[in-house]
Amino acid sequence: MFGKLNLEAFHHDAIEALAGLSMIFGGLFAMAILFYYRRWTWLWRVWITSVDHKKIGVMYLVVSFLMLFKGVFDAVMLRFQQVTSIGNLHGYLEPSHYQQVVTAHGTTMIFFVAMGVVFGLVNIILPLQIGARDVAFPFLNSLSFWIFTSGAMFIMVSLLIGDFSGAGWVAYPPLSGIKYNPGVGVDYWLWSVAISGVGTLLSGINFIVTIFKMRCPGMTLMRMPIFVWSSLCSMVLIVLAFPILTATTTMLTCDRLLGMHFFTSEMGGNPMMYVNLIWAWGHPEVYILILPFFGVFSEVVATFSQKRLFGYVSMVWALVVITFLSFIVWLHHFFTMGAGANVNAFFGVMTMVIAVPTGVKVFNWLFTSYEGRVQFTVPMLWFLGFIFIFTTGGMTGVLMSIAPVDFQMHNSLFLIAHFHSMVIGGVLFGFWAGFTYWFPKITGFLLDVRLGIWAFWFWFVGFLLAFMPLYVLGLMGATRRLDHFSESLGWTPLFVVAAIGSMFILTGIGFHSAQIFISIKHRRKNIDVTGDPWNGRTLEWSVPSPPPFYNFAETPEVHSRDAFWTMKHDPSPKQRSFRDIHMPKNTPYGLYIGALSFMFGFAMIWAIYWLAVLSFVATVICVVIRLCDDDTDYNVPAHEVANIEAKIERKHEMGLL
Amino acid sequence: MLGAIAALRIPCVQRFRLRKKAKFALYMLIALGVIVAILLYLFSIDIAVLEPSGMIGRKQFRLFLIATLLMLIVIVPVLVLTPYIYWKFREGNKAAKYAPDWDNSHLVEVIWWGVPLVIVIILSVITWKSCHELDPFKPIVTDKKPLRVQVVALQWKWLFIYPEQNIATVNFLQIPVDTPIAFEITADAPMNSFWIPKLGGQMYAMAGMKTQLHLIANEPGSFFGCSANLSGEGFAGMTFTVESDSDSSFDGWVQKVQASSKNLDLETYNALSQPSSYTPVAYYVLGKPDLFEYIEMKPMSLK
Repeated sequence: MFGKLNLEAFHHDAIEALAGLSMIFGGLFAMAILFYYRRWTWLWRVWITSVDHKKIGVMYLVVSFLMLFKGVFDAVMLRFQQVTSIGNLHGYLEPSHYQQVVTAHGTTMIFFVAMGVVFGLVNIILPLQIGARDVAFPFLNSLSFWIFTSGAMFIMVSLLIGDFSGAGWVAYPPLSGIKYNPGVGVDYWLWSVAISGVGTLLSGINFIVTIFKMRCPGMTLMRMPIFVWSSLCSMVLIVLAFPILTATTTMLTCDRLLGMHFFTSEMGGNPMMYVNLIWAWGHPEVYILILPFFGVFSEVVATFSQKRLFGYVSMVWALVVITFLSFIVWLHHFFTMGAGANVNAFFGVMTMVIAVPTGVKVFNWLFTSYEGRVQFTVPMLWFLGFIFIFTTGGMTGVLMSIAPVDFQMHNSLFLIAHFHSMVIGGVLFGFWAGFTYWFPKITGFLLDVRLGIWAFWFWFVGFLLAFMPLYVLGLMGATRRLDHFSESLGWTPLFVVAAIGSMFILTGIGFHSAQIFISIKHRRKNIDVTGDPWNGRTLEWSVPSPPPFYNFAETPEVHSRDAFWTMKHDPSPKQRSFRDIHMPKNTPYGLYIGALSFMFGFAMIWAIYWLAVLSFVATVICVVIRLCDDDTDYNVPAHEVANIEAKIERKHEMGLL
Repeated sequence: MLGAIAALRIPCVQRFRLRKKAKFALYMLIALGVIVAILLYLFSIDIAVLEPSGMIGRKQFRLFLIATLLMLIVIVPVLVLTPYIYWKFREGNKAAKYAPDWDNSHLVEVIWWGVPLVIVIILSVITWKSCHELDPFKPIVTDKKPLRVQVVALQWKWLFIYPEQNIATVNFLQIPVDTPIAFEITADAPMNSFWIPKLGGQMYAMAGMKTQLHLIANEPGSFFGCSANLSGEGFAGMTFTVESDSDSSFDGWVQKVQASSKNLDLETYNALSQPSSYTPVAYYVLGKPDLFEYIEMKPMSLK
């Protein structure tokens, strides 16, 4: 009846139980608040069933924030295990539990934090920047979000029911195979990654079509803001790379479920095949994460230097070159697998070449500020922190692309320090810059500056404390994912510093939460009625904040790069004329299909096959019902648009008084 | 409406007050102190990869140094230019030139596409050469005959087989100094990575496959070795010690082990290969001479 699921699956040690219970209580608390303020219908109508790209973007950010909390908490747990597990001491976590936390940390951060913030920002900003009213396929967008969320749910549910994978976030076989990992942990990982991957692929297609088909008149490709270009490159990578992930997870599932041997040495299979495939997806993946934030920094630096972006064409070519090269470097993740000198050398050289366009981008940003008027706002702080961490991290990256040097650093903490430089220094710093920059566009008020500065310094100093010691530890021979080490190695002081650093980063997140809370509380003080608080250059600043649901009352027309900047400096008076606007209707089918795909994955994990069949059939039925529905859109009449616009204008005038 | 919004802009952008010069100097002094303290600490500890004890490790370290210095040609300008540009062109400095529409210069673009490209070309040549020179599969040629050692990664310990000496050890490796060591590596476990940081790195140990690694110790000493790839629960306990000493003491050690009472036949091996961690050092006489080949072919013989 319940497959492998029995009472034993609910049995956990104190720490896991605590995490699970706090999750349940958090959920109950949120529900209680919704009941108290009677916000259930509001939640349903305005958010859950919404197909509005801005709403979906905000929901992506909410999920990513929750997952970020979990991911950072995991990291702190790991570091504290290490400083309490030296010599005769064995810490507070069992090795198997420690390895689950390691795996959950990596999976959470890559798939549900970094990917989530990418899609959050791209959703909210990209259609506004190209002068579109929504994405090309609004329902597909909602569906992608709910599938992404159901992927994240697997990690959370594994805290309560059963265990998570302990095989590391890329789950190399044979460790992730059925022989060495007969439990449900790896299955949780597999279904979490596979299901969220489908959502990601659908989003990628959606945004490519949006960029190619939904640009407003006059916005040629070479007039697109750099953020749009960088998102386009990232989405192209998604469409090319994620099918590899889907195929790989499918094969591993067949190995585990059906006794096949794609990735185990028995019956002619080969684990090296898996390692190649997972990185053929995994290396493009890291560029999928970082590229949009190159775009964010380009927008931020140009705006706050009050100057045009330097070398636009160069920037675009650099992005395209990186996109291409990111597919021919994957082998540098396993120089130590014995591929032979020629193969190692080829992939090493290709890896180094990526440093050239990346370096060009850094110099272009610096020269955007050259002969500008730089305003040191919070997003600029994140940018400067990024420059420092990213260039040093880039240097260690090039070091490791030389295969014989990598032999001494592979899988050591040196590597960990390197890629956290890229992911924290690049992706997360980029996200905080973009978040602070576009927050007033989403909400209509600015974020508190003082708390923002505090958050930055805790993140920045915390990063240095947490990861610079890891470079040294790596060179001393400390490898990744260690739950225990011998006292005689002399690693203790550096691990202690790293643990303190992780607390600093946690404090930084605390400041972020306080910043968001306080800013919402004092929103009247920080209100922005202009829609353009930073003197912006691109189209998203031409609409009110928050933008009305149709974004643009009149379709804008673009005559240059930095379209809004040109409009602002055009003295000719504008006559407004409104037309009917065609908009998509809300629908709950995204949620239904997301929930059903979670149910399907859960049933497969626990081998409850009747439920798997049932939820699969239900998913197909949902899709068919949605496909047969012709009543998916409606018209907003011109007079109603005029009314809404007049209301917004009145509100702004009152705000100014 | 857009014109109206632009005209009615209110100054919401909040700026930071830049620090006073004296305060700045004090902070610089503190930073300098911290850097000196960190450097002193770093020189006081033993950083294996930077102080290798064997020829391969030394060559890898030299490569590390050359590459770092070459890259500093690009990194240093960035780290110098950044504070300079952001200080000079801060909004408060009205004396600085302001050219809001200047966005292109072929000269500087050629420089920063060109200079990194040249450095990468130099690094590429170095990479190509060193990949061949330091190929882990390539035997080390000296006037001494290499010592063959077969390495098996088990759950979660290392088995070292000396086929020519007909002995085997667990989690302990005795080698003669200045003699090339030819490792053949396989596994009866999930994927591991065989690493002795003081001698040079690193090669995967995979079931059903044989990889090779050639290292040499040029100093006597006791070195730390480990697995660098997560292989399950007991992975952290997969450490071992490498003892490098003179030829005569190696021969003496071999004789001692050959006199050991424990015989590593198939039965003993099957017991040994059961999962265990933090396994104490053990010495065996090799009872099954083709044990390594047997382990290597094990996955293929299972149906």
